Amino acid sequence: MPGKVNYIPTTEADIKLMLREIGVKSIEDLLQDIPKELLCKPINIPDGMSEMELRRSFKALSDKNANFNKYTSFLGAGAYEHFIPSVVDHLSDRGEFYTCYTPYQPEVSQGTLQAMYEFQSMMCELLAMDVANASMYDGASALAEAAVLALKYKKKEKIIVSKTVHPEYREVLSTYLQGSDVKLIELEMENGITSVSDLESRIDKNTSCVLVQTPNFFGCLEDNEGLAELTHKNEALFIACVNPMSLGIIKPPGEYNADIAVGDVQALGNYVNYGGPHAGFFATSKELMRKMPGRIAGATTDSKGRRAFALTLQAREQHIRRGKATSNICTNQQFLALRTCIYLSTLGKAGMIEVGKLNVYKSHYAMTKLCELDGIESLFGNPFFNEFAIKVSGGGVVRDINRHLFEAGIIGGLDISRFYPDIQNAMLLCVTETKTKENIDKLVQTVSKIIEKG
Amino acid sequence: MLEKLIFEKSSPGRTAYSLPECDVPVGPIEGLLPKHYLRDKTAELPEVTELDVVRHFTRLSQWNYCVDTNFYPLGSCTMKYSPKVNEVVSRYDGFVNLHPYQNEEQCQGTLHILYEIEKALTEICGMDAFTLQPAAGAQGELVGMLISRAYHIKKGRKRNKIIIPDSAHGTNPASATMCGFDVLEVKSNRQGLVDIEALSAIMSDDVAALMLTNPNTLGLFEKDILKIAEIVHDVDALLYLDGANMNALLGIARPGDMGADILHLNLHKTFSTPHGGGGPGAGPVGVIEKLIPFLPSPRVVMKDGLYKWQYGLSESTGRVKGFYGNTGIIIRAYAFLLFLGGDGLRKVGENSLIKANYLMTKLADHIEIPYGEKCMHEFVVSTKKLEASGITTLDIAKRLLDYGFHAPTIYFPLIVADALMIEPTETETRETLDEFAAAMIKILEEAEKTPELLKNAPHTTPVSRLDEVQAARKPNLRWQKKV
Amino acid sequence: MNFPEDLFYTKTHEWVKKEGEDKVRIGITSHAQSQLGDVVYVELPALDRTVKAGEACTVIESVKAAYDIYAPVSGKVTEVNNDLENNPQLVNEDPYGKGWLFVIEIEDPQQLKNFLSNKEYEGLCQAK
Repeated sequence: MPGKVNYIPTTEADIKLMLREIGVKSIEDLLQDIPKELLCKPINIPDGMSEMELRRSFKALSDKNANFNKYTSFLGAGAYEHFIPSVVDHLSDRGEFYTCYTPYQPEVSQGTLQAMYEFQSMMCELLAMDVANASMYDGASALAEAAVLALKYKKKEKIIVSKTVHPEYREVLSTYLQGSDVKLIELEMENGITSVSDLESRIDKNTSCVLVQTPNFFGCLEDNEGLAELTHKNEALFIACVNPMSLGIIKPPGEYNADIAVGDVQALGNYVNYGGPHAGFFATSKELMRKMPGRIAGATTDSKGRRAFALTLQAREQHIRRGKATSNICTNQQFLALRTCIYLSTLGKAGMIEVGKLNVYKSHYAMTKLCELDGIESLFGNPFFNEFAIKVSGGGVVRDINRHLFEAGIIGGLDISRFYPDIQNAMLLCVTETKTKENIDKLVQTVSKIIEKG
Repeated sequence: MLEKLIFEKSSPGRTAYSLPECDVPVGPIEGLLPKHYLRDKTAELPEVTELDVVRHFTRLSQWNYCVDTNFYPLGSCTMKYSPKVNEVVSRYDGFVNLHPYQNEEQCQGTLHILYEIEKALTEICGMDAFTLQPAAGAQGELVGMLISRAYHIKKGRKRNKIIIPDSAHGTNPASATMCGFDVLEVKSNRQGLVDIEALSAIMSDDVAALMLTNPNTLGLFEKDILKIAEIVHDVDALLYLDGANMNALLGIARPGDMGADILHLNLHKTFSTPHGGGGPGAGPVGVIEKLIPFLPSPRVVMKDGLYKWQYGLSESTGRVKGFYGNTGIIIRAYAFLLFLGGDGLRKVGENSLIKANYLMTKLADHIEIPYGEKCMHEFVVSTKKLEASGITTLDIAKRLLDYGFHAPTIYFPLIVADALMIEPTETETRETLDEFAAAMIKILEEAEKTPELLKNAPHTTPVSRLDEVQAARKPNLRWQKKV
Repeated sequence: MNFPEDLFYTKTHEWVKKEGEDKVRIGITSHAQSQLGDVVYVELPALDRTVKAGEACTVIESVKAAYDIYAPVSGKVTEVNNDLENNPQLVNEDPYGKGWLFVIEIEDPQQLKNFLSNKEYEGLCQAK
């Protein structure tokens, strides 16, 4: 029915006119090159609907989800609920930011390009690294691409990754290495952090890189200084995967001489969104700058000498190098990088320290209170930022605890055995600045009740 | 310069954030965390007020062209209108404030969407299953390559080659190489299509797959596609279809029916999700039944009336992304599908064809169109004839900016010298196309009469032509505080 | 466009200068640099690397393109032009002089017979 689809602006009259201009009688005349047997029947999906019906039907679907504006969530494990200042949505919602394309014509894309440059700069500051790209698909693929870079650069067959790195990140790493001849080694953990002795015994001059996450999957802070030193002694690259939200107060990768820093900026101004879209970051030293995958914005001047920004070092990328590119990546997550840029502009120098502190205080309060309960104890006892693991003894399976918590309006922590089957009855909890003392006290009280009953 | 960097607007002590007082016990951080875990040097992030932030980013936005303000005939990118209702519905609380590790019972709304869109895509494309995990088309290609590799290894053989047409997008060979394959290029014939004889000649049982785009990057339908599929399948290689140009096929022809074994889609192209300045997108990968076991894990299934994640697929090639995929983008694409329905999707396909041919007809007498008398959803012109007067394709592209149009894709595909690839999409009015054609014709006149206007273009944009040589020679990739 | 007489040339647009009995200095020709456009970066081979004739060992980048440069002879790379790191434009400005790329200690002097003279190379360029 003409006019029903409000964004295909073609009336019957328009079509007649255009077909006449083209010199054909009907649309079928434009399909001459397609073998007749391929011309398909009408697509068998439900009929279209109006905007009103669409909104209603999606609202109903949304209402079927237990979201964390209705329930109090203590889940982390790589996707974090943080406060997003109002300006972030407000500014990034401008059509000029989200309906534009990759800035291949810089003269009409200075908004995007300058925001990229600022994002890169902010990440460098936060990470204390020399250069950063304009973002990658997510933290997991950024980690994988870092390992691929190390492999191409050092040309040594061993790649060492700690078991305390997020299990899904390690899976992606393994997938990306499928096309190469590598020995992928996973380091054991000792009391919740990377085993130094295991690294000592496995690393040698035949190693391209060592990959460690801090805070690691269990929330524990790793001794990256020591691990980096050991890695460099063996002439390998040290790759640090970090939570950027922690870096207002936690030591950044540049301060322990990491060669590459990767991770995800979802925590900085982006929604959890059931796991995607998120955005990875990738930062490195001047020495490795030209080996970086992904888009990079650089400053230059226009013909009138004014400062302006453009995509640069493009000769590394797939559209030029094709088969010899540093990576096949053809996108960054610019929309999310922009939001992170706005977020970091808003939090600023002082805000990142303050929000970091709130995370530390609240999570430590929660851990202390929980461990006061009989039957709950800290699993590892290591220093942590905003995530920690507790062991539930004699209280029941984590799954049951979470079921009861949910009935009380709380989304409990992650059952660690989901990813580490030999760590049973342990829960990974995340407490961010979004949780009030009331939220935390209610969690503790409810857990207490559940354990008593069980 | 246009606008200072946000850093350059900083003043010590200014803040733009608002955080509540801490309601739990506080103390020095060193009391809770040993000093060697703490930062030595503070990060020099901006110190500005909220109004500074708002003005800064609002003004930055005003220097962008975007689909919401300008026509963007970028070939192969499908810069169609992104419906606003999709933005509204994908932002509902239940979608954005949902954690991927929540119990499936708590996520039935989202899981319903993921399940249903997979079904819809299989129907639209004629495939048997889709993975929604890849974050972008290029990542989808990687998954496709990994599946190809796994398929042959399972059959007990190692095949080392991928055949790719010389007209292909750069991500194709890049993805193949990333997966450890060698790339064999097959030449296009005089009609701009895959040379069937050349293809037969290089096809062997060392070939794992042929990566093909159909319609191809010239906007032409590979009319021998069934023969091509036969040649590929005769050696039990796989036919991988790059679905970047799916807009031309919606409701018209299905990749699965053409013999595609693997297909990737670009939701940010065909399915209207916004381009965001360069991402995020999503690149679902469809397969035929025999390849389902190789798909990345997990997949959404229906069990006892509930949607659930199924892990541990027997031969999965492995995950390429954390969690499940770019769910927020998938929700927008699903809204697009539901709004249009089967009929509406056919209208998309038809209109993209009509509009591209209309624009092509309007330009045909004024500029060289090296291949095809008709096209599908896009067409390629060449400015080679202007070389003699010293005008380059880049000059034409830059001058178009002065006329308020984003330039088409330039210097691609590689098999056309001085190429401009033009794709109007179905969401543009006839008047916009007329205006664009008129601008192109005017510019071609200018190229003859007043070439300096082109050589120094653009003139009316916020900045003039940039020194990209300097940007690459002396990379300045970040701001740094002056010490 | 010039084609110095005292140099040899390859079909892939490199010039080769004999230095003593066992060394050759290599660069790209004036014709090549004009085709390439403004050079923005040169990725040179590592010192002491052994290369085979025909092996890609250098990448020259312009803004929109990247070109592989092939070792004309087999041998060991004994010198590389470090000036190019901060001044890649030397390849455009002085391709036969300051824009040299690297020096190879040759394994097999017989390989020197395979090159083109300046006249032959000029002919090749004009034929294109």
